[in-house]
Amino acid sequence: MENKNFYNEILTDHNLHPIHKHQLENPDLVLEGVNPTCGDDIWLQMKITDGIITDGSFVGDGCAISQASADIMLELVIGKPVEEAKRLAEMFFKMIKGGATDEEIDILEEAGALQDIAHMPARVKCAVLGWHTMEEILKQKEESNQ
Amino acid sequence: MEKLENKIRTLRADFPIIKNSGYAYLDNAATTQKPVQVLEAEREYYEKRNANPFRGVYDLSEAATEAYERARARTAAFIHAGKAEEIVFTRNASESLNLIAYSYGLSCLKPGDELVVSVMEHHSNFLPWKMVAERTGATLRQLKCAPDGEITQEHLAEVLNEHTRLVALTQTSNIFGRVNDLRSIARQVHAVGAVLVADGAQSVPHMPVDVQSLDVDFLVFSGHKMLAPMGIGVLYGKYELLEKMPPFLSGGEMIETVHWDSVRYASVPHKFEAGTVNAGGAVALAAAMDYIEGVGFDVIHAQEQRLTALAMEEMRDTPGISIIGSENPREHMGIITFLVEGVHPHDVASILSAEGICVRAGHHCAQPLMDHLGIFSTTRASFYFYNTEEEVRRFTDTLRTIRRQMGYGE
Repeated sequence: MENKNFYNEILTDHNLHPIHKHQLENPDLVLEGVNPTCGDDIWLQMKITDGIITDGSFVGDGCAISQASADIMLELVIGKPVEEAKRLAEMFFKMIKGGATDEEIDILEEAGALQDIAHMPARVKCAVLGWHTMEEILKQKEESNQ
Repeated sequence: MEKLENKIRTLRADFPIIKNSGYAYLDNAATTQKPVQVLEAEREYYEKRNANPFRGVYDLSEAATEAYERARARTAAFIHAGKAEEIVFTRNASESLNLIAYSYGLSCLKPGDELVVSVMEHHSNFLPWKMVAERTGATLRQLKCAPDGEITQEHLAEVLNEHTRLVALTQTSNIFGRVNDLRSIARQVHAVGAVLVADGAQSVPHMPVDVQSLDVDFLVFSGHKMLAPMGIGVLYGKYELLEKMPPFLSGGEMIETVHWDSVRYASVPHKFEAGTVNAGGAVALAAAMDYIEGVGFDVIHAQEQRLTALAMEEMRDTPGISIIGSENPREHMGIITFLVEGVHPHDVASILSAEGICVRAGHHCAQPLMDHLGIFSTTRASFYFYNTEEEVRRFTDTLRTIRRQMGYGE
């Protein structure tokens, strides 16, 4: 029954006023991510030039956790090298499993606001939807480069 | 009123989870909590009478057989079936519906025949019929309902015709909570020569059901939604229908003689109960029926009505909340499915959960109905007689804060 309310201001703000929820013009990469539990459905779009994520966005519907998490993720990774984005995603998954250090949570910046999801097993899939979709997009990009 | 609350308070002491946890358990349409009387009945069976029913000639096996068959007779009496043989024990309502579909459906339907299924059915009473239509070449037709959940006689008459062989319909929808008038529907269905399969999973726990007076051909329900353990369910079928149906599952205990070249199946109901049965579950189900009748359907109905009316009144006063189905609390059977404007149903359920309130969120295994209503998912609170006014107020008080918690200014 111990169940801290994790709908903090960072989360609700990114849900109600997302920065990156829009169509991207001429994206290099587009991938759909679906979470059947909540019916979350997002399309992640990215532009990558010379190994740097130069722009990104998402469109779709879903619960506040899935939408806010995708928006926070994009805010964090845009402008960063692909390798760095992959490292941040790993860190995020670690945090959601409850195993991240305080330093790691600091590095995740606003994504740290989702750390309490670790205590909500039913909602983990919502939180990681955007991140898994990004991981998949980056993998596909890598494979197409080879 | 005072007296009713006192009675409910006494009854709550029988339910360990309710007594020992701080939860407001409002997900009774999914499964109910179990009273000690039911748990003890199952335990007593395993401690004193357990052996494989029907198998042994020794006393203990006979005691097990007797306990199991007594549970069957108890179940027949509970739904006013004409004879105990018309009761088949299954795992749950879903298995009962699959039994009818695979046995009756696959053997009795052919191309050109029509099956009618209502749009409000749980997937359990839709997917087996979709399978039957696909495999037999019969046509699956949809019976629609109004936004308040009503199925009109006129619409039913439009959908039925001389090709209709079977109609599958719930007695109470797990979204609307409204009771369909099975007696008059059965008359219409029988007039075209079809059979009526009724899903009683949401009705049998809450209201007296008399299969003979309703004149339904089949009725299914689950034990776990009516205080019994998970894993015991019921199929009622009219004897003459069950008799002509082929077995569903085959194996032990459903035969008379088996030779390499020929098999004679056992008679109804045993031909539908292959393998070792869930005797402990059946005994516990009978105890649950004793418990429910001990409480009384009048008390169950009065308390559910009181809570539903209170919840709907409070919810109507809360901005941004819309209730699915009828505006009349009497047409909800303790089930309130709702939307909070701008807040995803899973977020609603998580915020309620933070206050120890258990509700269901999602499509409630009724996606065709969600499509019909033009919504994707909803949140649902569902009451049983052991819920209290205090729990309902905790629920509605928290609901009032949800939009604010999610960042909307009031």
